[in-house]
Amino acid sequence: MRAAPASYTDASAAEIVARFADVKGGLLPALHEIQATFGFIPRAALKVIAKGFNITEAETYGVVTFYHDFRLDRPHGKHVLKLCRAEACQAVGANALAAHVKQKLGVDWGGTTADGEWTLEPVFCLGLCMIGPSAMIDGDVHGALDAAAVDALVQR
Amino acid sequence: MKTMRARLPKDAASLALGADRVAAALMASAAKQGIDLQLTRTGSRGMFWLEPMLEVETDKGWRAFGPLALEDTDAIFSGTSTKALGPIDEHPWLKRQTRLIFNRCGQIDPATPPEFSGLKRAHEIGPAAVLEEVTKSGLRGRGGAGFPAGIKWKGCADASAPQKYIVCNADEGDSGTFADRMLMEGDPFLLLEGMAIAGFATGATKGYIYIRSEYPHAIAAMQKAAAQFDALDIEIRVGAGSYVCGEETALLESLEGKRGQVRAKPPLPVHHGLFGAPTVINNVLTFASVPAILEHGAAFYANLGMGRSRGTMPIQLAGDVKQGGLFETAFGLTLGEIVNDIGGGTWSGRPVRAVQVGGPLGAYFPPSLFDTKFDYEAFAARDGLIGHGGVVVFNDSVDMLAQARFAMEFCAIESCGKCTPCRIGSVRGQETIDKILRGQSVNDNLALLRDLCDTMKSGSLCALGGFVPYPVLSALNHFPQDFAR
Repeated sequence: MRAAPASYTDASAAEIVARFADVKGGLLPALHEIQATFGFIPRAALKVIAKGFNITEAETYGVVTFYHDFRLDRPHGKHVLKLCRAEACQAVGANALAAHVKQKLGVDWGGTTADGEWTLEPVFCLGLCMIGPSAMIDGDVHGALDAAAVDALVQR
Repeated sequence: MKTMRARLPKDAASLALGADRVAAALMASAAKQGIDLQLTRTGSRGMFWLEPMLEVETDKGWRAFGPLALEDTDAIFSGTSTKALGPIDEHPWLKRQTRLIFNRCGQIDPATPPEFSGLKRAHEIGPAAVLEEVTKSGLRGRGGAGFPAGIKWKGCADASAPQKYIVCNADEGDSGTFADRMLMEGDPFLLLEGMAIAGFATGATKGYIYIRSEYPHAIAAMQKAAAQFDALDIEIRVGAGSYVCGEETALLESLEGKRGQVRAKPPLPVHHGLFGAPTVINNVLTFASVPAILEHGAAFYANLGMGRSRGTMPIQLAGDVKQGGLFETAFGLTLGEIVNDIGGGTWSGRPVRAVQVGGPLGAYFPPSLFDTKFDYEAFAARDGLIGHGGVVVFNDSVDMLAQARFAMEFCAIESCGKCTPCRIGSVRGQETIDKILRGQSVNDNLALLRDLCDTMKSGSLCALGGFVPYPVLSALNHFPQDFAR
């Protein structure tokens, strides 16, 4: 897990963009880096990115919003819980587990708890299909989960 | 102080089961007994019901212990462990396999470059002979489409251009599949070697590996390996959570920094691929199959398998299955053997009701079709596909209407939006299944759903919209009672 997100400035975004502007197909790596730095993609960054890559702001917006990973103007909570929704995990109870977690945290997919601690996101496969239901919390993987195990993880 | 060599996986699935905590406990237990434990963190052997699984070197060879919990570690060094599995090489689950791709996985330190025997032989025989070996081996693309690799490579080799590319599709998004992830984490140099052989054979001098962002451990392992590899200039790129980017032309768009929208074909990527240049794009397992073909020869490889499916395929067993994991074997086992003999039936103990083969776009097979052989054509003949080799087992609690609806929902979430049948068809498909669920004009809506599937199958630009009818129609055809209202 990286350090706490930095606060946004055009200058720091421009500095990141400059590192990738000459890389062939460098827009995705740049977006990943911007998100890793600020915790999300601030709307103000679209102008900076567009200028750096010499593309339109509309095109930039199009790319950012195409990919599920990129959070345009949507900061996440202190922790992110990604729960697998795909078939192999469904086969061992992922749907019931998801319902439990939503109720426990009081949020739907994509939501952040009122205290700002947890963001719940769906993920379609973590490649842990033989030990489901599986989840990723702040980059750490967890398998063979049930309601009690998830409760323990979100209460730590 | 007595020295002891041991191996413990750091495969993501082993980590998800607590392998790091077990590693720390092992070090502490060994220290208490005055043992200098030299623990190598490896990939996994693929027997995940036994993970975290430790292998210890003894004078009688490597012996395994698992699945290990924190309280199990002391007993290993005092010789009283109840988790002993015996000599690992004699384990029946491993012994029954033919491991060409996963031969080293689980036994080596992934960060140490191995001998590149396949690449050495490639350099000895020259590009033309490499193309011939790969063609004669019968190797077909392991991403799912099964296109002959030799023909693809030759197309790129024959194209004349100042720059050509080798692109590895490591966007393994199919639920129930994890072979690419395991290989990248456990033997990343094998993939790099395969790509370097492809570059040598086709004249491509730059490679990219596009890995999905859901695989941070694989990304780290590949970056570490690529930094130590100089037979081909290879860059690791990270996806951004889009399933459709596993489609080859969408992947190329994404690598170019664009929305991951599917391109119309032709032109094919071998002629007009990445940045408009001739490009070989193959799946991880396709490239990783090549070093063994070069090392052992095309005839050896082509002798394995059945029909037009030659060589080995890592079958990935997942879902409600007792012995989940990776089983690499020649094509030709029946689905029943895979689920019942190798998988050991369900983990829950409930009867098997359906098995989805080939990911979210693969068909659901009932046990009455368990005689279907694991082979591209045999599955196609029964309106299914083997895809990337994922086998997901469902017990008798599964609701097949819900699974059909999920297939449509997933397609709607992941559609790139370029073609209408996929973008709109998937949404209408969900709505139609919801109407059936509510008992609204059931027969009319079932007919409409079939008609919609027909449109999506023949009218979609790529396999996302085009193959969603496989899970939907197989659910409908094999489990009609779940749709009755």
